[in-house]
Amino acid sequence: MKVTIERSALVRALGHVQSVVERRNTIPILSNVLLQADGGALTLTATDLDIEISESAPADVAVKGAATASAVMLHDIVRKLPEGAQVRLTLVDDEARLQITAGRYEGSLAVLPDEDFPTLASDDMDVRFSMPAADLARLFAKARFAMSQEETRYYLNGVYLHPYADGDVKLLRAAATDGHRLARLDAPLPAGAEKAPGVIVPRKAVSELARLLDDAEETVEVAVSSSKIRFGFGAGYLTSKLIDGTFPDYERVIPKTNPNALRVDNKDFAAAVDRVSTVSADRTRSIKLALAADRLRLTVNNPEAGSALEELSVDYDGEPLEIGFNARYLLDVAAQIDGETATFRLADPSSPTIICDEEDERALYVLMPLRV
Amino acid sequence: MNYSEQHIDKTSVLSLCRDCFAIVQALIGRCPTCGSKRFVSHPELFGLAVAHIDCDAFYAAIEKRDDPALADRPVIVGGGKRGVVSTCCYVARTYGVRSAMPMFKALQACPDAVVIRPDMAKYAAVSRQIRAMMEALTPLVEPLSIDEAFLDLSGTERVHGAPPAVALARLQQRIEREIGVTVSVGLSHNKFLAKIASDLDKPRGFAVIGRAQTLAFLAPQPVSLIWGVGAAMTARLARDGFATIGRLQKADPAELARRYGETGLRLARLSRGEDARPVRPEREAKSVSAETTFEANIRDLRALEDVLWALCEKVSMRMKKANLLGRVVTLKLKDSKFRTITRRETLDRPSNLARAAFAAARALLAEAAPGRAWRLIGVGFSDLANDGAGAAQDDLFGDPQARLAAQERAIDEIRAKFGAKAIAAGRALRPKGDQARND
Repeated sequence: MKVTIERSALVRALGHVQSVVERRNTIPILSNVLLQADGGALTLTATDLDIEISESAPADVAVKGAATASAVMLHDIVRKLPEGAQVRLTLVDDEARLQITAGRYEGSLAVLPDEDFPTLASDDMDVRFSMPAADLARLFAKARFAMSQEETRYYLNGVYLHPYADGDVKLLRAAATDGHRLARLDAPLPAGAEKAPGVIVPRKAVSELARLLDDAEETVEVAVSSSKIRFGFGAGYLTSKLIDGTFPDYERVIPKTNPNALRVDNKDFAAAVDRVSTVSADRTRSIKLALAADRLRLTVNNPEAGSALEELSVDYDGEPLEIGFNARYLLDVAAQIDGETATFRLADPSSPTIICDEEDERALYVLMPLRV
Repeated sequence: MNYSEQHIDKTSVLSLCRDCFAIVQALIGRCPTCGSKRFVSHPELFGLAVAHIDCDAFYAAIEKRDDPALADRPVIVGGGKRGVVSTCCYVARTYGVRSAMPMFKALQACPDAVVIRPDMAKYAAVSRQIRAMMEALTPLVEPLSIDEAFLDLSGTERVHGAPPAVALARLQQRIEREIGVTVSVGLSHNKFLAKIASDLDKPRGFAVIGRAQTLAFLAPQPVSLIWGVGAAMTARLARDGFATIGRLQKADPAELARRYGETGLRLARLSRGEDARPVRPEREAKSVSAETTFEANIRDLRALEDVLWALCEKVSMRMKKANLLGRVVTLKLKDSKFRTITRRETLDRPSNLARAAFAAARALLAEAAPGRAWRLIGVGFSDLANDGAGAAQDDLFGDPQARLAAQERAIDEIRAKFGAKAIAAGRALRPKGDQARND
């Protein structure tokens, strides 16, 4: 293999693929990135056996071939080369080392044979559709905060993606929950996605996608089977195994008839919650919301540290109500709301509360209160 | 005799006979009432109310009580040939045996010693009996460990019809007669000094440190007498010219604070015998843990896991009994060269389940254990909170731990009824010979 490539193109592609590599690996080759030079392009692939990310960049291929070398080290070397450099990658020493030259720099890395590099078998992903990258990015970006980290509830350790149809309304829905809070985001259903199975995209894939979608072009090609999902980005793709579990029937826990509506200025509300909760105990971050006509009073009482209260003018004409929440959960939801006004729909101090962005009916959040 | 009716002149030196509780002025020789030579004299004897009671060689004393043949023999209570000395009786101490000494060293010093495996359940039962007697005197009993406690008897004089010193002497006698072990009493005006006092006249002692003598008493003592001053701090203080507590008394508190921070202020206060900590009943546990030292070092991960599971069950049982939940699980390992490592894991949600502790500790073990042979393993919960205290976060889908908790509760109930061996997890049932298998 002998290939020359623009430094910036290589840094960009390596940056996209190398973050999937686990820092500690018991299988040495999993620390490596697979390099394949062929037909005017260098293709880089990295995997942790659950997720595979691959990206191609245009390159001048003098001798085609393939090898694997340390992903982190190669990325670090190339990153530190001067901007605008032409990087030449050559397999030397009877294909035992990868030589990296750029300007007056010359380095080499140990290689492992490319035949040993594991790839995720691409089984039949027969449901295929394409959708705007921005739509997909939004689904994941606004739902991910609610994903569970609990190993025991592995089926909540991701974002549940599924088609939803109710009469004329056809949506692609993303839901995430850790049992304390829930996020449900909608996007228009892309053509071809009607038959997609409901799938749980694992947490790590969600965060890798967030980075890739940031840099993505306009549309993303999605292919799904019952065990894998693949997102194609033109020059590259991410394939991930899916979480093999049943996502709970979350619609069932979204209250339909909460009678008390509250409208707050989202920014003011978040700032007040943040201020007042500064003195709350770290364990539950408990904050109390007391609602009366057009008034919301936030209080925290922490016998060990101190207390705080703040009153906000709000729109509220429901019955007087006192309800406790984990302040961090309130702030997490507020951070998802882009519009000026957040709408709460409350029932009582022990039932789930709904929070919406008044200007965005395609997003809905549910919070379970704290019983104080 | 009713002491409250008797006029006690608190300005002159009075003596208390520790056998018949007679109070007489400046007793010398024998008690005029009962002929005993055991008495305690102190000008402030009847003006002090904070006591520290420490059992004498507790575990060994219980074993001697239960087997009179051991009475005059050196007895060491400790675990196995690889363990350490938990307690040694006073006979063994004359050979140079000390607690926390490795067993092989203790046996070198005293080859004739009778070594007894600790029977913690038995000692805990005796400890509870003693505690009940203490609590009959005052509600302010703060247990420090299985064999020692602080008592605050302020304001109990009218209830007992006697000053605290007398109530304590009676308690001491009652424990000796009814339970069959001896205790030493330290009486003073705060916890710091009471604890020092209980050590002055051991065993079967009764020592008093009064207000007036506090400074003079402490001055010649080594700084290591102050709790929290260990070997490193002692060396540091010695380097800085503070070998005795007297030196600290003379130092400017601000200067000590500048040099040693928060600790400096504490040293300044304690060097003067000032300690404002109240006696708190039920000292809050900061962590609940259990550990064990192996007979022979273990390298095999499966074998380590088996021991770990047993420890998790033990810790879990104690957590559940105390109605505690812990947020952090800590794994402790000590290798053949006595190097200790600890690894901690924060749980998703506070728990006291054996399974939760095991799941966390096992993952830590898999990371930390390979490559070395280990002589000790331990596991514990920390960052504790009372179950049911504070705000409760309900779950949209119902609590997934609730089922596991119910399962473990059922197992605990079966054990309470039919014994610890009545039911066990599958992994605890592996035959011994199988444990070392490398599969």
